[in-house]
Amino acid sequence: MLLPSFAFSTARSVEEALELWACLPDAAYLAGGTDLLPQLRLGKRAHRNLIDLKRIQSLSRIRETEAGLAIGAAVPLADIARHPAVREHYPLLVECCRRVGAWPLQNRATLAGNICNASPAADTAVALLTLEAGVIAVSPEGERVISVTGLFRGPGQTCLRPGELVTEVVLPHASAGWHGSYQRLSRRQGMDLATVGVLVASSNGGAPPRHRVSLAAVAPTPLRVADAEALLDREGPRAARRAGELARDRCRPITDLRGSAEYRREMVGVLVARGVAALSGPSGIVVPGAGGPGPRTPDPGPQSQGERP
Amino acid sequence: MNQTISLRVNGLPETHEVPANQTLLQFLRETLDLTGAKEGCNEGECGACLVLLDGRAVNACLTLAVEADGREVTTIEGLGHAGDLHPLQAAFLKHAAVQCGFCTPGMIIAALGLLRDNPDPSEEDVRWAMSGNLCRCTGYRQIIDAVQEAAAAMRGDPAPEAAP
Repeated sequence: MLLPSFAFSTARSVEEALELWACLPDAAYLAGGTDLLPQLRLGKRAHRNLIDLKRIQSLSRIRETEAGLAIGAAVPLADIARHPAVREHYPLLVECCRRVGAWPLQNRATLAGNICNASPAADTAVALLTLEAGVIAVSPEGERVISVTGLFRGPGQTCLRPGELVTEVVLPHASAGWHGSYQRLSRRQGMDLATVGVLVASSNGGAPPRHRVSLAAVAPTPLRVADAEALLDREGPRAARRAGELARDRCRPITDLRGSAEYRREMVGVLVARGVAALSGPSGIVVPGAGGPGPRTPDPGPQSQGERP
Repeated sequence: MNQTISLRVNGLPETHEVPANQTLLQFLRETLDLTGAKEGCNEGECGACLVLLDGRAVNACLTLAVEADGREVTTIEGLGHAGDLHPLQAAFLKHAAVQCGFCTPGMIIAALGLLRDNPDPSEEDVRWAMSGNLCRCTGYRQIIDAVQEAAAAMRGDPAPEAAP
């Protein structure tokens, strides 16, 4: 099926991208294009103009800022997953980036694109919720910081205003060292959306450690489960099953071709409990179907990340 | 709305006027007559259209031709030829890692992209790197064996004494 007709513009700076958007009718920003192009092809979205962001240098880098590690909106997931600072401080994001589609897709798809697409099943969203990340959004009115928690409004919907451009995703310094495992069920390992995704994480320091529980594909948006987190903070791993029950009660799944609402709800409980167990196990728990394809982080030790050259 | 793009394809410079909505896959197949990369699903799920873009495996069906302006593209046609096969092509033949052949160009490009990054991949690494490539005849075992043997050949390791 052919792509519908559109015009293509290349922005060389954020300012130019905003100007182009303002003067071109029905325009959309183009980052990796791995969601946008299929949506155009299927008629789920229509745009007469695409504005390519990938030649904007300031969006193509990962940099340290006062707020944290800022990941440019045009950086492909594969580059994020191999960036030394991301690997050292934010292993959860590495794991989730490596679960999006498959590797060739990760060579194009971006973090900003994955969350701006606002799929309830976005794999990177659970990591960003857990890390309490924010996005920097710019428009002619100026710049604002939006928490990833506040970004999602529903399937395919964000709080971004028309023409507003996400330039960077910021991982706060305070979230460095959080570790855990992404428990993900899908019909096949590569190239399928999660049927259910559960990320259970704990803090690096502090006694007792703090916990976060984030869910994907079981509600209109990815979400955190605050009361399950509080229970785990209070009672630790022995509350794993009850934390799973709380998460199960908080999710609002639908039935679709990947699974029924009832199945998803039950699996949330199971996967939260597994995620908690994996936190304290000597090398995590190897769960068939929940393991990552290929080299990943089976346990949170920094030595176990299978560093590639 | 047409735009002029200049890029290198398999080492050769190309300058063409292309419609903005033409995919890199259409450009390669229809304009340059390089039909090795295949159109399978056309939505980035099957890997039959993989090419290297500046050395990285990407889905050509999800890349616009205009996005390849100024870039370097390698397709399966840019590897070996009959009588002078690339080690990956030779290993795929030796291991019978081909049935109908539709997925093979994408499989080999995925493997090439992997081996550029990681010359000594574990079987897990190979499985992960190839997880975006579908083979409907089934035969992943042979494909994985072929990639690992090609990796050894490309590293210059001595050949195994006897094939299993």
